[in-house]
Amino acid sequence: MSDGIKKFMFVNTKAPYGTVYALESLEVVLISAAFDQSVSLVFCDDGVFQIANNQKTDDSGMKNFSPAYKALGDYDINKLYVEKESLEERGLTLDNLMALTYEDEDDDWAEKPSIILVTRAELADLMDEQDVVISS
Amino acid sequence: MAMLHTVNKSPFERNSLNSCLTKSKEGSTILLIEDAVVGALKGTIVADKLTAAVANKNVCVLGSDLNTRGFTEADIIDGIKIVDYAGFVDLVAEHSNVQSWL
Repeated sequence: MSDGIKKFMFVNTKAPYGTVYALESLEVVLISAAFDQSVSLVFCDDGVFQIANNQKTDDSGMKNFSPAYKALGDYDINKLYVEKESLEERGLTLDNLMALTYEDEDDDWAEKPSIILVTRAELADLMDEQDVVISS
Repeated sequence: MAMLHTVNKSPFERNSLNSCLTKSKEGSTILLIEDAVVGALKGTIVADKLTAAVANKNVCVLGSDLNTRGFTEADIIDGIKIVDYAGFVDLVAEHSNVQSWL
């Protein structure tokens, strides 16, 4: 692309806490925000558990990194695609997920939802449009 | 003496919970820990198998790992018991052997 801006898509497919993939991916995403690229995220398969609401780590002693997803909107990362079929297979709905939002500078900073529910077929099309896809 | 089976991988990503369910005897205990706790949730594609297991096996889930992932007792299949770390230790002590499904 002539303007040097590429479309990056980070595809999150792993459950949080059991392995380090989710946390590492989130850190790469936050770093990528510094490079003025077009960044979107996907949560599919067990990745949908990464943005589950009400994560409470007091008893397990793990670091609860889920609040960091709420900062993505402030870094202009506001396209978070969640795969519908992945939620359904896990008995989940959008109500089980954190209400992640961003402020739209083109609309008087109105607060809008960042989560976009997509089907598996729609996700395939979105992936096809990317310049770079990074999966974990 | 009955055996304690522990499972620590998500049933949506690995087959270890299914292996455990098919190779554990009646009266044995199955404890879901770490990423396997999501197998205890209601309404999933594996819920029928867990519901069937509850009928003749003692199925438990580690409460702290469940809470860490954002879920509570209200979200899990009826008949699955929540245990804490002390309960985990008790289960290990009460059973003759432990099989870890990794």
